[in-house]
Amino acid sequence: MYVYDEYDQKIVDERVAQFRDQTRRYLDGQITEQEFLPLRLQNGLYVQRLAPMLRVAVPYGLLNSRQLRKVAQLSRDYDKGYVHISTRQNIQFNWPQLAEVPDLLAELASVEMHAIQTSGNCIRNTTTDQFAGVAVDELEDPRPWCEIIRQWSTLHPEFAFLPRKFKIAVCGSEEDRAAIYAHDIGLELVRNEAGSTGFKVMVGGGLGRTPVIGAEICPFLETQHLLTYLEAILRVYNQHGRRDNKYKARIKILVKAMGVEAFRAAVEREWAPIKDGASTLTDAEIERARSFFTSPDYRELDARAAAAALAEKTSADPIFANWVTRNTVEHRVAGYRIVNISLKATGFAPGDISDAQLELLADLADRYSFGEVRSTHQQNLVLADVEQETLYELWQVLQKAGLATANIGYLTDMICCPGGDFCSLANAKSIPVAEAIQARFNDMDYVYDLGPLELNISGCMNACGHHHIGHIGVLGVDKKGQEFYQVSLGGSQGKDASIGKILGPSFKQDDMPDVLEKLLSTFVDLRQEDEAFIDTYRRVGIDPFKERVYA
Amino acid sequence: MPRLIKNGAIVEDHGPEVLDLEQWLEREDRGNRAVVLEPGESLAPLLEHIDEIPLVLVNFPTFMDGRGFSYARELRERGYKGELRAVGHFIRDQLTYLSRCGFDAFQFEDETELEAALPSLADFSEYYQASINQPQPLFRRRDA
Ligand code: SF4
Repeated sequence: MYVYDEYDQKIVDERVAQFRDQTRRYLDGQITEQEFLPLRLQNGLYVQRLAPMLRVAVPYGLLNSRQLRKVAQLSRDYDKGYVHISTRQNIQFNWPQLAEVPDLLAELASVEMHAIQTSGNCIRNTTTDQFAGVAVDELEDPRPWCEIIRQWSTLHPEFAFLPRKFKIAVCGSEEDRAAIYAHDIGLELVRNEAGSTGFKVMVGGGLGRTPVIGAEICPFLETQHLLTYLEAILRVYNQHGRRDNKYKARIKILVKAMGVEAFRAAVEREWAPIKDGASTLTDAEIERARSFFTSPDYRELDARAAAAALAEKTSADPIFANWVTRNTVEHRVAGYRIVNISLKATGFAPGDISDAQLELLADLADRYSFGEVRSTHQQNLVLADVEQETLYELWQVLQKAGLATANIGYLTDMICCPGGDFCSLANAKSIPVAEAIQARFNDMDYVYDLGPLELNISGCMNACGHHHIGHIGVLGVDKKGQEFYQVSLGGSQGKDASIGKILGPSFKQDDMPDVLEKLLSTFVDLRQEDEAFIDTYRRVGIDPFKERVYA
Repeated sequence: MPRLIKNGAIVEDHGPEVLDLEQWLEREDRGNRAVVLEPGESLAPLLEHIDEIPLVLVNFPTFMDGRGFSYARELRERGYKGELRAVGHFIRDQLTYLSRCGFDAFQFEDETELEAALPSLADFSEYYQASINQPQPLFRRRDA
C-alpha cells in the first residue's frame, strides 16, 4: 500500500489548514454561501437533508487497519457510530457538525487520509478493481497507476473548476471489475504485439441523466505518456465542455456533440506540445509507484494440503461451505483465498458498517490479511489475502459480528445509494425499497438458484446507485410530489457493458417486491438450464417481462 | 488608480489601456496593446504576438468558470512573458491555483479585500504537478 512521504503529508496538512481557515471565514460571514459551496464540496462536504455529509477518499479502495480504527473512532466522536461505503469505494460520515469538520480532517490526515476532491466539479477519486494484485485474471496491477493518477489529479491547479465532475477508473484484468466503460475516462491495461503494456483509453462514459458507454479514443497509449495524455483530454474538456446547463456538462455530452473522431483530433492537438514534456513519466517514478504494491510475505503453502483441510471443514459444516462458495474467490497464490465481506445483511442499509464492526475488521485484517482491507464499488469490503487454513476461524468471528451474509453477487447483494433518507438531491427513498426486496426474497436457496444478479437502486437521476448498469435497475422518480420507481432491465457493467432499457410506467414503493417477483418468475420460466438473468434477457428481450409485469 | 495584487504585493495599476478581443483585432498596432480575453474566445490570434503583448487580462465572469486557468497555462506554455492578470469574479481561495497556472496579477472586484487575500497566495508550499511556477513535477524532484 502507498505510504506518504514528507511531501504527501505536507500537501494534505496544508489542505486541512486551508479548509480550517475557509470554514472559519464562512462561519464569520466573510465567505458567501455560494462561494463556500465549491470549497466545501472539494473537501467532500455536502449539506444534506438532516446534517452535513462528509465523503472521505479511499484511494482506489485501499485501507489499512490503522485507518479503519481511526474511521471507527471518528464515527464515534463526530458521528453516530457508523459509516457508509459509497459506490465509488469512499467512506461517508452522515452527521458531522460543520464547525468540527476541520478537526475531523486533521485527524484523518494523521493516518494519511483526506477528503480532497471527493465531490465538486473536479477530478474525483480514481477507482479500480477491488481484487487488484490478487486476481487470477490480472494482466498487471492497476494500483501503481492509480496512485500516479491520484498524485497528478490532487489539487491540480488547472482542473479544479471543470464544467462538471470527472471520474477516472483503471482496470488491469480480463474481467472489468471497475466499470471502466461507465467513467469519464476509463483506462484498461493492455499488451501490444511487442509485449509491452500500455493503456487503452476510453472517454465519455457515464451514468446520470444521459447514460453513455465510453468510446475508445486511443487503442494503445504508452505508459510514460499517461499523464500528458490525460492532461490533454482534460484541457479539451475544460475549454469546450458546456457550462450553460449542468445536465449537459459532462464530457460524454461533449464527445457526442463533437463526434469521437473530432474529439480525438482535438486531444491530439492539445497533446502534441506537451507530449514528452516534464510530466512524462520516468522509469524511476513508475518503479517507485510499483514498489508500494509488491506482494506481501505470502507463506509457501501446499495447495493440495490446504484444499484437503478446507474440504474437511466444509463437509462438516454446510453453512460454512456455503459461505466459502458464495463469498470467497480464487487467489493467484496457492493456499490463499480472497474473502468478500458482505455489507448487505437484511435489515441494514446497504453499505453501512458500525464502529464496532470496523474495529473488528481491523483486528481480523491484522490477524489474517496483512493488515489491509479494501472497499468495493458494490459497497462491500474485502480481505484480499487470507490463508485457506484460517478461513474457518475467520468465518466464525465474522458470523458472530453479522458480517458473514453469504450473498455476494446475488440478488440481495444490491447496490443502493443513500437516497431520500439522507440525500437532499433524492427524488425518492432507496433504502426502504432495498430492505423490502431483501425481506421478500429471504429464501436463500431461491436467491442462489437465480444465479448471479445485479440489482442496482438509485434515488434520483444522478445514478449514484448505478441503476443503468444493473441487470435490474431501479430509479426513484418524483411524480407530482409522490415517490415512484422506474425499473430498467438488461444493464451490465464490465467489458460488455450495456445500459438498461426502461420497462414501462413506474411503480409505487409498496409494489416493488411484487414487481421483482414477477420479473424473476418470468426469468425462471424462460431461462434455459443455468442461464444467468442477463443472458436470458439478452436472448428473449424485454417484452415477456413487460407482459407479465403489466398484465 | 485601481489597486491590485501584482507579483505578490499590493500596487497601483499603471497599466495601459485595455481592449477587448474584437477591438484588439482591429488595431494595426495590436502587438503592443493590452487585451482582455473572455471565456470561449480563441487564444490563437494572441499567439502571433506572444513576444510583444505587454498585458493580457483574463476575465472570470463567475469564479466557477475554470476556462481562464487553461488560458493562462497555455499562454505561458507558448512563451508569453508579459503580465497576466486575472479580473472579474474569481475569489481569493483560488489564488494558489491561479498563480500556479501563470497569473502574476490579480484585480479583485472589491479592492478592500486585497490585504486579506494576500496570504492565500501561499496556501500551499508543495505541489504534485508541473505548473508554471514549478515546471518540474514532484516525481522529478523527489529523489533529487
Ligand atoms: S442517486 Fe441521487 S439520491 Fe442517490 S445518493 Fe446520488 S444524488 Fe442522492
